[in-house]
Amino acid sequence: MNYIIATPEIFMLSMACIVLLADVYLGQGEKVVYRKLAYWLSLATLVFTFILTWKVSPASSQNAFNGLYVSDGLSDVLKYFIYGISFTVIIYSREYLEERSLFKGEYFVLILFAVLGMMIMVSAANFLPMYLGLELLSLAMYALVAMHRESREASEAAMKYFVLGAIASGMLLYGMSMIYGATGSLNLTEISAAVASAQNDKMLLTFGLVFIVAGIAFKLGVAPFHMWAPDVYQGAPTAITMFLGTAPKLAGFALAYRLLVDGLGGLGMDWQQMLTILAVLSIAVGNVIALSQTNIKRMLAYSTIAHMGYMLLGLIAGTSSGYAASLFYTITYTIMTAGAFGIVILNSRNGHEADQLDDLKGLSQRSPWFALIMLILMFSMAGVPPFVGFWSKWFVLKEVVAVGHVWLAAVAVFFAIIGAFYYLRIIRLMYFDSVDESVTVTASADLKFTLSLNGITVLLLGIMPSALLGICFAVFT
Amino acid sequence: MSLSLSHFLILGAILFTLSVTGIFLNRKNLIIILMCIELMLLSVNMNFLAFSHFAGDIAGQVFVFFILTVAAAEAAIGLAILVVLFRNRGTINVAELDDLKG
Repeated sequence: MNYIIATPEIFMLSMACIVLLADVYLGQGEKVVYRKLAYWLSLATLVFTFILTWKVSPASSQNAFNGLYVSDGLSDVLKYFIYGISFTVIIYSREYLEERSLFKGEYFVLILFAVLGMMIMVSAANFLPMYLGLELLSLAMYALVAMHRESREASEAAMKYFVLGAIASGMLLYGMSMIYGATGSLNLTEISAAVASAQNDKMLLTFGLVFIVAGIAFKLGVAPFHMWAPDVYQGAPTAITMFLGTAPKLAGFALAYRLLVDGLGGLGMDWQQMLTILAVLSIAVGNVIALSQTNIKRMLAYSTIAHMGYMLLGLIAGTSSGYAASLFYTITYTIMTAGAFGIVILNSRNGHEADQLDDLKGLSQRSPWFALIMLILMFSMAGVPPFVGFWSKWFVLKEVVAVGHVWLAAVAVFFAIIGAFYYLRIIRLMYFDSVDESVTVTASADLKFTLSLNGITVLLLGIMPSALLGICFAVFT
Repeated sequence: MSLSLSHFLILGAILFTLSVTGIFLNRKNLIIILMCIELMLLSVNMNFLAFSHFAGDIAGQVFVFFILTVAAAEAAIGLAILVVLFRNRGTINVAELDDLKG
């Protein structure tokens, strides 16, 4: 019994409840000071949870709650980035939400509960907490997407997200029930041992595996299970799309890794084949359909689909350096995406969402500094050296080639070149197209500062990828 | 004739297939989709119960309690979104949810 390692989760749960109560009793009152209580409390909670995770992190992998919960290198690294990204997202969204009178306590409470769900997901060592964490994240997300109650698009997006998310959970559960039947256990370590012993029904296991892979693919938004992503990204308010497109992908990586590698590693040959099909489809569909988009949020959704395909390449390699490359890819992807949505928010103002590609026209004249940051982000996403997106693609491709899938790497590079076109189109719009109407970019200092920091991080990670890469490699050795 | 594990698994599979078909074939009413989602979770419960009973392991039955609870929460959120949707659009016809595409 070792409850100490679970204190970050316990703290986060308590704080989410406190923020909810504080907002109900104080936030609705006359005093302006209290209006921002939930905002400041959420930021403080994330900082304290970060410190707490740092302090209680054990030197080696440790279990708690009878093997339901695990704290290891992977869970720690992912948690740090989940806190960091959520912190950034909250700062980016403050002004956006205030201008649209969405700045309410619910937003922060739901974000905190979603973060709690992700923390449980990355620390799950059993099907039960894994499912509960996933549902906590998903339920908070459905509510967040529907939060703009007067918006036709947001409610449609929420409904689509809810229905497809529920199907995904159902598929995942159905697969879990099959695996449970074949191995007689819900614990990932015991399942792994039972799969290796081969004294079980191979057909039942493979059947369960198909459903689990489909469920993971739905949650990650990998083609052909990507239908919800573009609609939800476009329909949800930008501040919520930004959260939806970043932190949950880190938890999704943990879900895929824990289920497929930790639990069903013995079936590696089977799921690597399935993931290969998903990855190729995803890279192709994402990059090609993104070319024809005029809405930047929708374009970023297709870009996400493609990026998740690249992320799967590391898992397909099936080596510990491959998993490290995947982890590196996921982390750098979330940092780049947060920045890109930050630019969309910076460019928007009340009554004008600035979610069309044409809204970026002439950004270099209106705000040279942020055009430069968007340039860094877009080059990075396209995979142009020396930015970090190049390295993340390079590492996953290297791992795939190392295990002999040269054709897979060739397909990935081919579609990356096609994909570079739509990122470069944004740069062309910003730098070479003239402004129709001269609207100056106005934003609060905190947004400008964090966004600058975000852009500089992408640049620095590109120049010195070895530090982050070292962290990722240390997780899997 | 006594009931064996495979009888329960077939029942679970039939329920699961029914719910998936229901979700994808239905083009009229969103409430039917919500019902299908519930049915899907119940079919999973049937599987867990059957495996748990025939393997003599209690963990599966505990899992079922959690799934039932989550299903209730999910239904609540689903219906809440449905109400918001109806207020904004005045319809819950699946085929009319086509503002977002491309």
